[in-house]
Formats: sequence, structure tokens, C-alpha cells
Amino acid sequence: MGISRSLSQLLLICCLLWPALASAQVEDSEAQQLLTTLADASFVEKRQVVNRIADSGDERARYWLESFAANKLGRIESSGQFIVILENRGRDWTVENALTRENLGEVSRRDLDTIRVNNALRTELESILSVIDLKSPDQDQRLTAARALKGSVDDTLAERLPELIAAEDSESVSEALTEALAIYRVEEQGDIKAVDTLSGSLNSEARAALQQAMRSDDEALAEAAASAMDSIEQKLKLNRAAETLYFGLSLGSVLVLAAIGLAITFGVMGVINMAHGELIMLGAYTTWGMQQLLPGQPGLALVLSIPAGFLVAALAGIAIERTVIQHLKGRPLETLLATFGVSLILQQLVRTVISPLNRTVITPEWMSGSVMINEALSLTLNRMYVIGFALVVFAGLMLIMRKTRLGLEVRAVTQNRAMARSMGIKATKVDIMTFGLGSGVAGLAGVALSQITNVGPNLGQNYIIDSFMVVVFGGVGNLWGTLLAGLSLGTINQLLEPWAGAVLAKIIVLVFIILFIQKRPKGLFPQKGRAAEG
Amino acid sequence: MSLKKHVKLGLSALALSISFNSLAAEDPIKVGILHSLSGTMAISESTLKDTMLMLIEKQNEAGGILGRQLEPVVVDPASNWPLFAEKARELLAQEKVDVIFGNWTSVSRKSVLPVVEELNGLLFYPVQYEGEESSENVFYTGAAPNQQAIPAVNYLMNEIGVERWVLAGTDYVYPRTTNKILETYLKDKGVAAEDIMINYTPFGHSNWQSIVSDIKQFGSAGKKTAVVSTINGDANVPFYRELANQGIDAADIPVVAFSVGEQELSGIDTAPLVGHLAAWNYFMSVESDANYDFIDAWIEYKGDETVVTNDPMEAHYIGFNMYVEAVKKAGTTDVDAVKDAIIGVSVPNLTGGFATMMPNHHITKPVLIGEIQDNGQFSVVWETASTVAGDAWSDFLPGSRDLISDWRKPLFCGNFNVVAGTCGGAAKVAAE
Repeated sequence: MGISRSLSQLLLICCLLWPALASAQVEDSEAQQLLTTLADASFVEKRQVVNRIADSGDERARYWLESFAANKLGRIESSGQFIVILENRGRDWTVENALTRENLGEVSRRDLDTIRVNNALRTELESILSVIDLKSPDQDQRLTAARALKGSVDDTLAERLPELIAAEDSESVSEALTEALAIYRVEEQGDIKAVDTLSGSLNSEARAALQQAMRSDDEALAEAAASAMDSIEQKLKLNRAAETLYFGLSLGSVLVLAAIGLAITFGVMGVINMAHGELIMLGAYTTWGMQQLLPGQPGLALVLSIPAGFLVAALAGIAIERTVIQHLKGRPLETLLATFGVSLILQQLVRTVISPLNRTVITPEWMSGSVMINEALSLTLNRMYVIGFALVVFAGLMLIMRKTRLGLEVRAVTQNRAMARSMGIKATKVDIMTFGLGSGVAGLAGVALSQITNVGPNLGQNYIIDSFMVVVFGGVGNLWGTLLAGLSLGTINQLLEPWAGAVLAKIIVLVFIILFIQKRPKGLFPQKGRAAEG
Repeated sequence: MSLKKHVKLGLSALALSISFNSLAAEDPIKVGILHSLSGTMAISESTLKDTMLMLIEKQNEAGGILGRQLEPVVVDPASNWPLFAEKARELLAQEKVDVIFGNWTSVSRKSVLPVVEELNGLLFYPVQYEGEESSENVFYTGAAPNQQAIPAVNYLMNEIGVERWVLAGTDYVYPRTTNKILETYLKDKGVAAEDIMINYTPFGHSNWQSIVSDIKQFGSAGKKTAVVSTINGDANVPFYRELANQGIDAADIPVVAFSVGEQELSGIDTAPLVGHLAAWNYFMSVESDANYDFIDAWIEYKGDETVVTNDPMEAHYIGFNMYVEAVKKAGTTDVDAVKDAIIGVSVPNLTGGFATMMPNHHITKPVLIGEIQDNGQFSVVWETASTVAGDAWSDFLPGSRDLISDWRKPLFCGNFNVVAGTCGGAAKVAAE
């Protein structure tokens, strides 16, 4: 530890002088020797070698360390030449010379030894790299580096930090650095003034430092830390409540998306379609197919899959309606069994034709990660998009049902089929269109689900029960009911989960619905009027 | 008259020679393959069927066993547990197979077990499982808890310095038993009860938001925290995705998984998972010639450059080669003779060492800990100094502590109670 400390101090000085040394380069033989030591060292020894490489002042050191952290630094067994791996998939890997950066083309995996890295080393490397990055002209890079330093500041860096903070012109970076320094002071020196800086901080390292201070023998310090912790706990509680609400809404919006197509086919048309889940699956596979067609552009592919997924699922739905469901009109039990059969056929079809394995659907850059509201609360982006998407789909459906001729005809046919036909509405055509619409919306749900769950043959199965649950709970035939039922069931589930566990929470929700249906058999928003009787 | 007699004689000679021929060297050895090709488990099991077909093909090219060719008999139990028992009966009673390679889930194995014992068959089971079982007719080529879970926890405790533990699993027998063993083990090692959090989720759980947020909160108590995951199958993808989205990376809270292998990772973008861990007895990235040869053969067999290999495939590779050696050693495919002959048989594994069949029908395996890489592969960061023999009865469960299994005569018992000195001291630990 002692050695590693002093080494890292050395390294630090060197790093802070980095620009001055930027053009330096050690002899190739020396570089070769450094890397050889690194390759042959044990994980414990590697920590020291890493610091020596950083100390060498070589301009390529950052490149080596970065590659090493990414597990991309290796050696060709036969020649002993050090390489950086550019492409590491398949049996032959593309590599370049680590010393000259000359591209060496493809080398067989058998002839390559990667220099192994583990989590502990990666953390060490990250802090070395973030010290370097503090000098970066890019403000975002400095901010990331400053945040990464929280909890990993050492003695030497602590001495330099006030100077760096003074020189820093970005407020957020200097705030992060001040906090990093305060954590160090509380932890290492029991500095009571630094406790003030930390009060109200939501950073987990800051909390850890305060908790440590609370156990300290110095009563004044322990007291100050305890009161700082109190204020933090208050803030955290609020944040956690907001987070649970968000989780509930996002689960709810997934339920709404999965169920809303069913709300049309089952709710409005009265067809029990057990293959609804598989229509969702088709939508998800369309997204995968689109991404295969447009390699390298996952975002564009995702956007294009919205219409494509709708079309594919709608056409499949229409095919099911024409071949199976229309012949079983008015026989719900047989429809249930037949569509269940269709769902099994579709699943096995996907297994046989595509693969029984899950497919990788890439999440586009703009959808991954999260929006950080503060250090204790960040909202995941993909979920946020799904919430938005669910609302847009819902609004779109409402528009179609309320404002278009198709919507009018659908409502007419479902309220009184014979009367509607005598008014000149082609009931069969309306059936096809309605079923196509409901199925298409299921396809849209699939496109959205491909971003948050597995795309595989079983995708649909996982959502079919939930979908029926939401539709029945919301009141058959009522889109608003579906929206409210989905969102409220999602929220209830997420409220229960932390203390009841996922399994029990699901059971409680089911029992709740059963009891509810006993009291109000027609759900939250029962259909009114004569149509409801038929 | 004499002509008729001649013809008759000739015909009977012909018939005799045909039946003689088919009785002798030409009679193939039938290998039953009992893996789901449809239903939920097809995702994992169909690969194992192909692995077996490839191994059989290779063995036939090399001349079969004892001059006899091997003939695969593939059935599809369709991820349906009772159907597993029916199909096993079909294989043994109607098809008269000499050996069965099959099953994935513990519940399917438990369903097949009475059939294999009743009809005296041979079953090679290739998946890591919860232990607490040793059958005369079953060979367990996957890892027992002491070959996967315990070494992984030791690694986290000693090398990473983990003090707070989340045991997260899917709600069924394997995670529950494994977590019970781990909980006892951790408490024996002095971990306080409030430093252990146990969480179960249903199969295919996809909404991990609040659980991951709980784990994050549990991990912010100032002590190094790790998650030991027995989460099964499909539920892993959304779990890891949620971890990444909530900004938990491996340096903060590492997750060590027992059910996540190369195949599971091939369904996800692994960039945000880099550094999370898995404990297995084999990784595709292991640098050994045997492994590279196996990968080459597999890619050639599947005709796809992107296919991956995984731990249960290695278990079948070992199990199959052990069967081949045992039949050669016994000189026959007679079940009882093979059962006797196979104990003590050693064959090369894919990690550059040897696997030996122990008297308790479990095998010796090295334990490897790997970190997930951005290419969906694992980089080995730690391994046991030597191979570890599988322990059928865990030392960390009350009731199973005193049991041993030894299928050699004269003991010949799968659950011998060393305290009571009697066979049949099986406590139904797993069912508790």
C-alpha cells in the first residue's frame, strides 16, 4: 500500500505536468519492456506497473492504459509483439501495433494473449485517467472526471485541489471538486467545517463519509455529521417517493401499451384473442429485423419500425381474423382455444424460422442511460420514452375512435350490428379494420417492449395475462378505463414491491383485482346503455 | 424337388447370415437426447441437442465405439416437466437406448429420475444444480454448489473485500437451495444477518426498477456490496439493463451470476455490463488448444461464425467422452458394467486439465471467475489452483451435512449417513 501510495503521488505530479511532457516518448525497447512487465505481472503487481507506465511520461501511456482498461491490450504469442485489439469478435481479431499504431490486420485468436484486467485495476486506471482528464479543455470531460474523484481523493491530490478549484471556471465542476475534497477531509481528517459542505449532498460517497464521522469519538463532529445526515435523509425520502412514482408510471405505461390493442379487439369487438401476445412479439421482431436491414443505424431503424411493426402485426392480425376468428363468431370458448393454438403456432414458427435464442435489439444512444435530476434521483431514458410513446399511442387511438369515420362505424357495429348493417355499413369490412387496428397497436407495443425486455419467442406469453387483467379491470370496451387501470395497477405494484417482494406483490395485485371484480363485475368504467347488455 | 431344397437351403443361409451380421458389429449404440426443442427452455436446451449430435458425428467419423456406430435418438419434451418423464420412458422402454443425455432444469430432472431408476438407464445431466441428490443411474457433469457458488463467494470475500451481500434469485428450487447454503456459509464466516439481503422474483421478471433501486440503497451503507445472482434465463437481460440504466457499474456493486453464460449474453448489448462477474467451470474465452479445437468444430458444425460455446456444452463434451471411455473399458454397453467402469475414468476437459468421475457420480472441475467483456465474452480473473470434486450433499445445510454418496461396492449408497452409519438417511433438505 505504501509503495502504491508513493507511486501514485509520483504519478500525480507527473500527470499534472502532463502538457509539458506531452511530446515525450520513451525508447521502443523500454516501452516493450514496460509492457512485458505488465503482461507477466500478477493482478497485485499490475497496479504498480500501471503507475510506472503512467509515470514514464510517454505520450502513448494514456492510449495504453485506456486500451488496457478496456481489455484491448494484448500480445502476439509467436512474436511477442504488443498489440491493441481493434475488433474482438469471431475467431480472427483485427489488431494494431501498440508501439507504432500500425494496423496489422487480422490475427488468429489462438495466437493472441490479452493482458488481463479486473475490476480493482479498472478502478485504479479510472482514477489515474480522471486525474489526467481534470486538465482536459472539454468541460463535460472535466465534470465526469471530477465526479469520479468523489471518494477516491488521496493526500497529494487533496493538496492540489484548492488550487484547481480556484482555477476552475465552470461552476458545476468546481462544486463537484469541492465536494470531493470535503469527502476527503471528513473521512481522513475529521474536519468539522467540511461536514457543512456535505450537508444536503445526495452523493453516496458523501453519505458514507458522514456515517463514518457519526461513529467518531469527537462528539462535536459526530453531532454535526448526524444533523447533516438527518437533512440528507429527509431529502432522500422525497426523492425515493418521486422515484417510486416514476417506476409505477413506467410499469403502468408498459401495461397500457400491451393492453390497449386488446382493449380494441377484446373490449370493443368482444373477441378473446389469446394470440395477442404473439402479435406484440411480431412487433418486437420487426424492430430486430429493421436493425438487421440497417446495420449501424439503430436509431433510424427503431423509428422506421414504428410504422413497419404496426403493418406487420396488423396484417398478421387480419390473417388470423380471416382464417380463424370470423368462423367462430359468437362462440367465445372456441375462439379462445383456437387463438391459443394460433399463439403456440406463431411461437414455434419464430423458434424454427428465426431461432429459439433471444435476438439482440440495440438501444440507440439517445435512448440509453438516464437523466440525472440529482445524485439520488435519475430517471431512466428508455422508460421515459416508453411513457411518452404510450401516451401518444393512446391519444392517437382516441382520435381514431372519436373523430374518424372508421371510429364511428366501429362504434356503430359494436353497439348494434344489425342496425348498423341496415344503415349501409359493411360490417365485415369494419371487423377486419378493427381487428387490424387492434393488432397493429399490439405491434407498436412490441416495438416499445423491444427496448426494455428480451426479444424472443416467449415475449408475448409474459404479457398476455397482464393485458387481460388491465382490460377487465378498466372496464371492457373503454379506452380511458384501460389507461387508468394500467397506470394504477403499475403504481400499486411498484408501491408494494419494496416491502412485499416481487412475487407477493403480483399475487396481492391479482387478489385485489378478483375482489374488485366481485364488487364491480364490469370494471372501473362499465359500458352504459343497451349495448352493454348484448 | 432337389432344386426346391437348394433354394430353401440357400434362403435360410442368407437369412442366417443377415441376422448374424446385424447381431454382430453392425448393431449401433443408441444415444438418447432428451432436450426441449420447443417451449420456454428451447432457448437453452436446443444448443445442447446440437452439441450432442456433433459429438456423435465426430465419434462415428473416428470409428464409433468398440467398432459400433452411434445412433442418436432425439425426442422433444417441449419444456413440459411431466412430458420429460414420458419421453424418458419412451427412450428406455421402446427405443431401448443405451444412454440418455439430457435435461436442463432441476424440476425436469426430478421428473425423469424415478423413470431412469425404475428402468435402470443411464442419464448424463450437464447443468449446474443445487446438489442434495445422488442417484445410482444419474451422472452429474454440471457443477454442484461447492464447485460454483461457494468458490465465487470466497473470491468476492477475499479478493474484492465484500462485506454486504444481496442474494437475488428466481423463485424456484435451485436459487432457494443455493441461497440457503450461501446464507449459512456467510453466517458461518461472521457476516451479520442485516448485511444479507435476499430477494426472489418470478420467472421471466422484466420490471426490475424498484428492486435495482433497493439494491442501490442497500449498497450505499458504506460497506463494499456485491450481488450474488441466481436469476435464471430471460429475466437477466432486463435486470442487467436496469443496472446499467440506474448507473450501477461493476466497480460499485459487482454482480456475480451463476446462470449467465455466453449464450445469455449473446442476446444483449454487453457494453454497460463490462466487469460484472460470472462463475463457471468453463468459458469460451479460455486459452487452451482443446478449447480452440472445440470452437472450430462447433462453428464448422453450425456453419455460423457467430455461434458461441458455453459451460453446459463443455459438461456434455466431458460426459460424452467419459461414456465413450467407460464403454471401452467395460467392453460392453451393458448399463451395470458401464456404471461400474465409469467411476475413476478421467478425460480431458476444455480448460486444459482433466475431469474425473468421482464415486458420488459427480466430476472434478476447475472453478473460474470471469468478468464480462464488451464482446459478450468473459475474461478469466481468478481460478482455483486445482480442480474441485463435486459434493452431492452440502456441508452447509443441516441434515445433509452428515451424508455422503459412494456408488462403489460394498457401500453402494447415494445417501449414507456417517453418524448413524446407515444408508437411506436422506433428509429432504431441498424440499424444506
